Amino acid sequence: MTPDQQPMLEVDGLVKHFTLGRGIGGGGRTVYAVDEVSFSIAPGEVLGLVGESGSGKTTVGYCVNRLYQPTAGTIRLDGADITHLSRRRLRPHRRRMHIVFQDPYSSLNPRLTCGQIVGEPLRLHRLARRSEVDGRVVRLFDDVGLRPELRFRYPHELSGGQRQRVGLARALSVSPSLLIADEPVSALDVSVQASVLNLLRDLQRELGFSCLFISHDLATVEFLCDRVAVMYLGKIVEIAPREELFAQPQHPYTQALLSAALVPDPEVQRTRTRVVLDGDIPSPVAPPSGCRFRTRCPLEHESAPRSTEEEPLLIDVTGQGHFVACHLVRRGSEAPRIAESPVELAR
Amino acid sequence: MTELLLEVQDLSVRFKTDDGAVHAVDRMSLALLPSEVLGIVGESGCGKSVTALSIVGLLPSTAKVTGSVRFEGAELLGASRSRLRKIRGRKISFVFQEPMTSLNPVLRIGNQIEEVVREHMDLSRHAVRGRVLELLDLVHIPDPGRRIDEYPHQLSGGMRQRVMIAMALACDPKILIADEPTTALDVTIQAGILDLLRELRERLGTAIILITHNLGVVADLADRVVVMYAGRKAEEAPVGELFAHPQHPYTIGLLGAVPRPGAARNGRLQEIPGRVPSLAQLPGHCAFADRCPRADERSWSEVPQLRRVSPDHTVACFHPGEG
Repeated sequence: MTPDQQPMLEVDGLVKHFTLGRGIGGGGRTVYAVDEVSFSIAPGEVLGLVGESGSGKTTVGYCVNRLYQPTAGTIRLDGADITHLSRRRLRPHRRRMHIVFQDPYSSLNPRLTCGQIVGEPLRLHRLARRSEVDGRVVRLFDDVGLRPELRFRYPHELSGGQRQRVGLARALSVSPSLLIADEPVSALDVSVQASVLNLLRDLQRELGFSCLFISHDLATVEFLCDRVAVMYLGKIVEIAPREELFAQPQHPYTQALLSAALVPDPEVQRTRTRVVLDGDIPSPVAPPSGCRFRTRCPLEHESAPRSTEEEPLLIDVTGQGHFVACHLVRRGSEAPRIAESPVELAR
Repeated sequence: MTELLLEVQDLSVRFKTDDGAVHAVDRMSLALLPSEVLGIVGESGCGKSVTALSIVGLLPSTAKVTGSVRFEGAELLGASRSRLRKIRGRKISFVFQEPMTSLNPVLRIGNQIEEVVREHMDLSRHAVRGRVLELLDLVHIPDPGRRIDEYPHQLSGGMRQRVMIAMALACDPKILIADEPTTALDVTIQAGILDLLRELRERLGTAIILITHNLGVVADLADRVVVMYAGRKAEEAPVGELFAHPQHPYTIGLLGAVPRPGAARNGRLQEIPGRVPSLAQLPGHCAFADRCPRADERSWSEVPQLRRVSPDHTVACFHPGEG
């Protein structure tokens, strides 16, 4: 991204806290789901947001789309601050971003035909005359590789892959500048995933929209994204251009994540050094003080006691947009490795 | 030749439903050696879980099972319930995908493991508790003395799966059937569970049937792999052979469909057109024909039988080859 270019999406200091209801063990406690997250996406850029469950990646996506109201921070879409806009004032911006959800079963209205589902945003945003809607829907179906007859079917009559294509056609109906894709293929079978991923990439290149691609799967992110942000317990711990992140992971968590990812090749998989992290992700109700990763960090002994007292800031370690939040990573020096031998990946 | 621990021959499973019979498994054959890890791979609905469940007679009564399942030489299919009960849990045990729904939420985990130990072993109360602690330690649950009195909701997903494995190991089974054991878990937790299974195989000599849709899991742990498609075996080979020289177009498709680390960003993923066929009517031809680039007249008129392409590599296709 060149500095003079206006980002399509700019997220600055995003915070989202949830207050637990009075259920069992709840009682007004706070879940620190997302804490001070900042990133931007250039026009036509695909940013991958990776993390394990509970890392806050979906919450970030929902905040960007204003499905959640952020607790603090600002969200700018193509320069316009949309953080606090009312529903009515938000409406014109809504057509500029759209979301594809993870579950193609629960995200489509079962009582509408697939054609109605795809045409609905066109009607709501008055983007097409009534007589034109059907023609547009047919073209959208064609774009996502669905036979036009399927527009008269109901979602339950379609397979998972087809439903996800309907979700994608609905999102693209408004010609968004930003597409938020929340684990769009993780509910699909392997053989179907491939075609949806290919489709998403082809459409992105053809139409040139920006994309926030949320996923837990590193290989998928590597396949699709220009830049990758890694989240852990509500924080971005590393953000870098794709090649750099996968070839030179800096943050110990990123290193561990890459080393734990399974490679579908027995020879490679069985000769790799795997670092298994101790324990589990701590609860976001009571995140650790200082560095949130310290309770599982294999290098904790090197950064203590600073790690318990001070939260590491995201700093640009290369001067070229490779940001890392770790006390042990300094600008210009080699990042510490969590394993004796460097983390080898299939290359 | 080493004696087979488990031998499944011509296993077919049909379910009676309101819409007619569903053929979930069609003439499956499997063999398992002692302390071997056999991977069964396939997509949803291919019959991999049903195959596993039928081995120990865990299918509902609507299922009609034919064929033969021999464990240590003795037939299990049609065996009495009491005999199956002695084998299930004691000789052959199960680990399921979803550790939260497989554990009883209102019982302490210690009590749940204890139940299994008491059911199958004749031990004093004191010895039972000792065995439970030993099992928790075996699956590397930290601080077992405290964890033993906790409830499932107090444990994380990875820890719950470890508890499930501890229960399955309570009686030193010969075979552990693990049905998608890491699917519900995060990447970093998954790695730990796979390491644990590997360690158990090495330390206790437990044979493992590993059922999964994830080729990475198979690549990590399995010795031999069976690929299933639409209730039938499509291909079987030692793991290295299968990944290096896949013969069935479906296997080749699956391997090409997964994005690989380091793969060029400009390379497309291989797509398998169409969708998995419905099992309501098993076709009288190759079930993969409608999605297969190699299908010809013969594929549309006959069911391909398994044939041997090398001593330990079989494939059910009229046009096998790496091409």
